[in-house]
Amino acid sequence: MNKVYIIGAGIHPFGRTEERSGRDQGVYAARQALKDANLEWKDIQFAAGGSMAAGNADVMLNDLGLTGAPFINVFNGCATGGSALSTAQSAIASGQYDIAMAVGFDKHPRGAFNANPKSFGLPDWYGQTGMMLTTQFFALKLQRYMHLHGISRETLGRVAEKSFRNGAMAEHAWRRTPMDLETILDSPMINHPLSKFMFCAPAEGGVALILASEKKVRELGSDAVGIASVAIRSRPPGSFEVYAPAIDVIEGGKPTVLASQAAFEIAGIGPEDIDIAQLQDTESGAEIMHMAENGFCKDGEQEQWLAEGRTEITGSLPVNTDGGCIANGEPIGATGLRQVYENVTQLRGRAGARQVSGKAKTAYSHVYGAPGLSGVAILEV
Amino acid sequence: MTTDRQPIASGLWSDEDNPHLLAGQASDGKIFFPIPEGESGKGLEVIKLSRKGVLWSFTRQDFRPKPPYDGPEDFTPFLLGYIELPGEIIVESHIVDATLEELEIGMAMEFVITAFDDKRATFAFKPERK
Repeated sequence: MNKVYIIGAGIHPFGRTEERSGRDQGVYAARQALKDANLEWKDIQFAAGGSMAAGNADVMLNDLGLTGAPFINVFNGCATGGSALSTAQSAIASGQYDIAMAVGFDKHPRGAFNANPKSFGLPDWYGQTGMMLTTQFFALKLQRYMHLHGISRETLGRVAEKSFRNGAMAEHAWRRTPMDLETILDSPMINHPLSKFMFCAPAEGGVALILASEKKVRELGSDAVGIASVAIRSRPPGSFEVYAPAIDVIEGGKPTVLASQAAFEIAGIGPEDIDIAQLQDTESGAEIMHMAENGFCKDGEQEQWLAEGRTEITGSLPVNTDGGCIANGEPIGATGLRQVYENVTQLRGRAGARQVSGKAKTAYSHVYGAPGLSGVAILEV
Repeated sequence: MTTDRQPIASGLWSDEDNPHLLAGQASDGKIFFPIPEGESGKGLEVIKLSRKGVLWSFTRQDFRPKPPYDGPEDFTPFLLGYIELPGEIIVESHIVDATLEELEIGMAMEFVITAFDDKRATFAFKPERK
């Protein structure tokens, strides 16, 4: 397999942009990425992209140009962005292409996501009785995790406090005002123990990345970041996933653990070698649990990590340096690529006020989504 | 109070004085709840799940969900959680006759049929009171 690099990254600010469609936000990000890579759309030989709720990504060709290049639509829940990246990466790693684009965008209405039970192979009563909500899953998984591993509600608040603090320093973030711990802890309860400001909200945004082969990087003299690995895994038996009317009594594995282990194995490094991590933080408890599921700490150690500020931008392992989903909101098709965008920005030393201290060499990103799949990408310079 | 209400779905629990949730069991012993429709449901034996279990996790639904939620317009927050039926399966369920403050992971729970709205009944678990 040939080594693949990211040579351009573009983003449309996350949040709410009433006057712009989801696809338009994708086009904006694509043009920004092309400019960053000093390329034109006609140079792109292959593209993969997707959205969950804002239409087919390949319609972007009408805006970007009808060059005849293949454009693969990707639709893979919260791993849509990660899957677009994986598809574009494979296209270059195989040697078939030298330059590709991965793009993701979305635009969701306000309020919690509502899914159609039938499209997840579930009976109508599960939705009718009000048990098919993503927010409940996060609360239920977290409630048990806190009970088993001694995590306090204050620690959940500290995660969100950090997200808003980091988001304030990220130009592309939605929530850019710091918030104090007390306000977060006392905000209206959504699903106990999670209150309003601990959750991310469905939102809008677009991200595009330009990928290239080593040959092309040399030819163009690009400011390139290497892709050490990309791994996507679906749920194993006995796992506990979103939209589960029942769970096995014998506890099984987790898709995040599988994707993480695979990504580390391909990259030939371990969690201790990672300098920055972007972890799916659909709510603050998810960031806590994903710290352990991705191998960065043991279950329960998060309590001390957060108290000591180890995941701050100035800490030993900065986590969600642009404020993550909590500060950026969740446009499903774009989130996975936003994490990679942030890692590229950090590794190139272009993150401004939120730039991590020291010379970061490796960066990790992780997404998780319904009905139980996870994507991990490790970058290196 | 629930006897005049129709079950929210047929075949979800057994029709008897002390009803049980119904599940499907494969020849290797693995239990599926709810009983899968279509190909995955073929060849499964219908079994009754235990009426007693322990609380595995819980939360409270504090906002009125969007559709397909079909509960009363006048929304009251409700409790829900997962109940472990030892040796069988862990089921997601509404929780009734309790407050959030009373709930503790590991507490004994028992199965009940409860009113969902004026016309329909659904299943729930409640803390077992000695």
